[in-house]
Amino acid sequence: MTIGVVVFPGSNCDRDVRWALEGCLGLPTRFLWHEERDLDGIDAVVLPGGFSYGDYLRCGAIARFAPLLQAVRDFASKGGPVLGICNGFQVLTEMGLLPGALTRNRDLHFLCQPMDLVVSNPSGPWLKAYGQGETITLPIAHGEGRYQLDAEHLDQLEQEGQVVLRYAQNPNGSLGDVAGLTNAAGNVLGLMPHPERACDPVTGGIDGRRLLAAALG
Amino acid sequence: MPLFKARVLVSLRPSVLDPAGEATRAAAQRLGVEGVTRLRIGKAIEVDLEAPNQAEAQARLDLLCDRLLANPVIENWSVDLAEIAGGVEP
Repeated sequence: MTIGVVVFPGSNCDRDVRWALEGCLGLPTRFLWHEERDLDGIDAVVLPGGFSYGDYLRCGAIARFAPLLQAVRDFASKGGPVLGICNGFQVLTEMGLLPGALTRNRDLHFLCQPMDLVVSNPSGPWLKAYGQGETITLPIAHGEGRYQLDAEHLDQLEQEGQVVLRYAQNPNGSLGDVAGLTNAAGNVLGLMPHPERACDPVTGGIDGRRLLAAALG
Repeated sequence: MPLFKARVLVSLRPSVLDPAGEATRAAAQRLGVEGVTRLRIGKAIEVDLEAPNQAEAQARLDLLCDRLLANPVIENWSVDLAEIAGGVEP
């Protein structure tokens, strides 16, 4: 059982994710360079935060074309667990694996702070270790985390229970207070907050542990 | 092969808040320029493209805009396309 951590040029949370998975949770991981083409022996994939390909054009727009991501797309379509954190969430929306888009924060600030989040639907594989309505604290660190989707489709996501994580107090203007959402099947989760930065008590909290631990069921 | 020049304009959809545009509009007031009631920031992208004809050039640009240069979830785009006389020697 191995978790693959995708490394793009410009990723900067890849080592943090590996530290959290291996160092804090004892889960085996392997870095996956963006030019690789297969996921043999990989049981879950994490797309970490950072600035993939410099975030040129739009956040995640160029990363979408990395050879590895075709394999990730196939992996996801077969039900493989995929987690996108921050820039990884942006990449998943640009790929079309998750609906919507993430754009510049309402007040233009880069926000780097702990946030209270409400688990609005823990029924999927990623958040099953949390309680319905449980409030957890994870840090955010982004300049472009304002979730956008037209009202009709957002309403549909709400009804399908795909909006799984919400800001208790909206920091960036995200529609629907969306902090994290899943695909219809639930195996793909994207979220702007950083669970890997909340796995070691030394860094201020361990609410991210249960989420990352879910990567291997 | 004929050579085409295109200017692609990408703009945020009207329903999407543009905080950078609002900040710039506020700066316009501080500069002392009065009467700026709306300011939205987009992108202009210049593309040179070889294609057998105008229709094919337009089709390729449409694909390029829809799938790469703009994100239709939040952005609109338009293309201004012109053939350059003479084109390119085969």
